[in-house]
Amino acid sequence: MAEIVSLAEAIRRAVGDGDAVAMEGFTHLIPFAAGHEVIRQRRRDLTLIRMTPDLIYDQLIGAGCARKLVFSWAGNPGVGSLHRFRDAVEHGWPRPLEIEEHSHAGMANRYVAGAAGLPFAVLRGYNGTGLANTGLANTGLAAQTATIKSITCPFTGQRLTAVAAVNPDVAVIHAQRADTSGNVQLWGITGIQKEAVLSARRSVVTVEEIVPTLDPRPNAVVLPSWAVTYVARAPRGAHPSYAQDYTVRDNDYYVAWDAIARDRETFGRWLEENVYAGSPA
Amino acid sequence: MTDSPPYSADEMMTVAAARALADGMTCFVGIGLPSAAANLARATHAPNLVLIYESGTIGAKPRQLPLSIGDGILAETADAVVSVPEIFNYWLQPGRIDVGFLGAAQIDKFGNINTTVVGDYEHPTVRLPGAGGAPEIAASCAEVIVIVRQSRRTLVEKVDFVTSVGYGTGAGDRERLGLRGRGPRQLITDLGVLTPDPLTCEFTMTGIFGGVRTETIREQTGWDLAIAASPRVIPPPTAAELAALRAFRGGPG
Repeated sequence: MAEIVSLAEAIRRAVGDGDAVAMEGFTHLIPFAAGHEVIRQRRRDLTLIRMTPDLIYDQLIGAGCARKLVFSWAGNPGVGSLHRFRDAVEHGWPRPLEIEEHSHAGMANRYVAGAAGLPFAVLRGYNGTGLANTGLANTGLAAQTATIKSITCPFTGQRLTAVAAVNPDVAVIHAQRADTSGNVQLWGITGIQKEAVLSARRSVVTVEEIVPTLDPRPNAVVLPSWAVTYVARAPRGAHPSYAQDYTVRDNDYYVAWDAIARDRETFGRWLEENVYAGSPA
Repeated sequence: MTDSPPYSADEMMTVAAARALADGMTCFVGIGLPSAAANLARATHAPNLVLIYESGTIGAKPRQLPLSIGDGILAETADAVVSVPEIFNYWLQPGRIDVGFLGAAQIDKFGNINTTVVGDYEHPTVRLPGAGGAPEIAASCAEVIVIVRQSRRTLVEKVDFVTSVGYGTGAGDRERLGLRGRGPRQLITDLGVLTPDPLTCEFTMTGIFGGVRTETIREQTGWDLAIAASPRVIPPPTAAELAALRAFRGGPG
């Protein structure tokens, strides 16, 4: 059964230094409040896993929490670069960042394999991005990333691609709500959150609200209480992303982030004023 | 020349890209210029164009341009919202989607796309966002349209990193690599339209926007570009196209 605890308590118990942490939410329901709590608790040497690192990992990377990033698209959607991510990769600031990169299809299938208890997943992907028999050798993703390998179908002989399962120590997601027993319900763009939670050893789910009972919603993903480790109430915990039917995406914030993150000092001030000085929700 | 109101090069490019989409097609849309063009097509000549975003929104009908691929407006107006594994595994991978619409930081003369790094992979001069959905979109859609602003920095002889494969090193590579879609059929820039040579697959300038000089096109291309003997002159945006495009500007273009 999931324990319902405060956000600070959930992060203290679930996320340790050196852990592999997947904070998921595909544009929608990004667990920003939980990310800020990880920064506040000054976790270090994390392997951060996320399809679209977005502002949340720009903040964690800039704050020095990460040793490694596993990802498939690291940009500020519709705006441009993630400057803290770029500074870490291009200049090693505030510390060098190891990277392991995939395509979205590859990352999605790695989570599927992890959730299914399989060592790898199979897809038609990455072809030509690093195969030795082309003039394009040694430049593409398949050549750079050790968790991508070519595989032959045992039934048809087709050449396909295998990607290694991902099994994070902890998955962190945000959902619209949970009931008082810790059953979790999320809807709208549900992304990869179900697979992230089921592939991980532990999980933290922050929610907009805790209600006595969950009434059915079309297209909702329900994670039963016994499949979740901690539930914490964090209203507006997805800001500046959004929680459908509760909050709207703060597009202005995404645009404003570009200038904040571009400069190390401006970012440092932002961190002091908005994360370290803040209290957990 | 016509009664078309004044327009920018970016508007001409977006309009040309929108015209490349036929009504009733299914289209996998990247954010930014591709999204603007696909939404313009749906607002003008292609009302039944099916817009598919990698966030899992199938048949999205946004009233203004979304900033991200997962804005609420996409989910609220979609025919179906599916998970991320499903959008890639069930919808894109089997070849159900007619057109993939991509941007690029670099693209070479064989249509290979780089969105990963400028410079060396281990020590990049510029770290770009990475692959996202593009490698599989480029592999599996029946055809691909690429939209980029034309410059020597963007249209290069050889990309620094192959994020998504176009025609590889030339004709026959897609078949050898097992890529099932036909690959990039049009490269639409702010100067005109490039299409692959039917024999060599090297991109050739076959359409030019009104008022663009061939010297400018050569200056803005990083390889020795072939220009068709009598390139098609692409008609300027109509008043209706411009009005529809500008009406979307409630959101960023």
